Amino acid sequence: MPSSINPCPLTRTEIITSNFIANRTRMVELAAYLDRVERAASGEDRNRDFLIEALVSALAMLVDGKGNRTQRVLERLSDPTIEPLVSAAGMKGADGAYRPKSKEEKP
Amino acid sequence: MSYIDPHIHMVSRTTDDYQNMAQAGCVAISEPAFWAGFDRTSARGFYDYFRHLTVQEPRRAAAYGIRHYTWVCINPKEAEDLVLSREVIAMIPEFLGAPNVIGIGEVGLNKNSKNEVTILEEQLALADKYDQPVIVHTPHLEDKRKGTRLIMDAIRHSSRIDPKRVLIDHVEEHTIRDVLDRGFWAGISMYPNVKGSPERGVDLIENFGAERVCMNSSSDWGASDPLVIPKARVEFRRRRHSEDLIKRCTFTNALEFLSNSPKFEAPKYEAPRLEAPHK
Repeated sequence: MPSSINPCPLTRTEIITSNFIANRTRMVELAAYLDRVERAASGEDRNRDFLIEALVSALAMLVDGKGNRTQRVLERLSDPTIEPLVSAAGMKGADGAYRPKSKEEKP
Repeated sequence: MSYIDPHIHMVSRTTDDYQNMAQAGCVAISEPAFWAGFDRTSARGFYDYFRHLTVQEPRRAAAYGIRHYTWVCINPKEAEDLVLSREVIAMIPEFLGAPNVIGIGEVGLNKNSKNEVTILEEQLALADKYDQPVIVHTPHLEDKRKGTRLIMDAIRHSSRIDPKRVLIDHVEEHTIRDVLDRGFWAGISMYPNVKGSPERGVDLIENFGAERVCMNSSSDWGASDPLVIPKARVEFRRRRHSEDLIKRCTFTNALEFLSNSPKFEAPKYEAPRLEAPHK
């Protein structure tokens, strides 16, 4: 984690209490989302499962005690390749997580 | 308290937005040329868009006391088509002389393809030739880190442009350090879902400093917030940061970067009106 250049003047307790309910809500929403995915009827369609797998593996970074969570989560969800795509024809938006080219490839 | 939004797409916003921004202290904006949410069918569509940016939008902004500046380019989301892109690039010099055009942008990458890189390099060469500042769009989500690196490499290898005349926009926690270390300006976009929030924007200022960093809304035709800079100011104050830091992040730094163009006229800064506490 970078040391703060403009340290937040709030105390730890002030930060915790001012944002706790909002983040509790986000966590419950995430849990509900994962439950919704799990009970979805079209269980045979696994085309977008790579997104959930990326999300769950990034979630583990929130509690691994290593700090610098935001940067590491964003990197986990990023395309790890370095060469330009041959073509972007027909492509416009982003998915939110990198789709591995094979089961062996790890982002 | 005055603020500048150095990246907002007002052609997609309502006059109510102008009204609310003016009431919140907005005194100047800069509007990069970008994707309309659909692909144009010909270069003529861009010609009309550039006229909108250089003729109509400054008038609309002026009615609310806001100075409107703009940038022109072929945006990266439509840059896969080399023929169309080159037709648009050919008409850019005609618009560089408009009174409110302050540079080339927002160029950059979208899906990080070879054609996108080619068109980026051709527009960097144009900026170099006409001595224009550049504002850069970095890709969204999983494409951002790779795209940001490809963009910075392209600037370094294919042009002589001083990094201090280039703002790499939409930085996040995994890209801001590289951008600043290479001498560029960094833009923090506070835009729901695909970019950042006011809270994360203030986090970035706390962690990486305020030097060569501008905050912006990137507000456009999508779900976005043209008042997010005033909301970031509230977040700074809630955390008890100084008014000097708030001014720097929401006014002075934008003024400094936009002044890379001699056409940019510094707006007057109005300090916050602090009321005496009730007795």
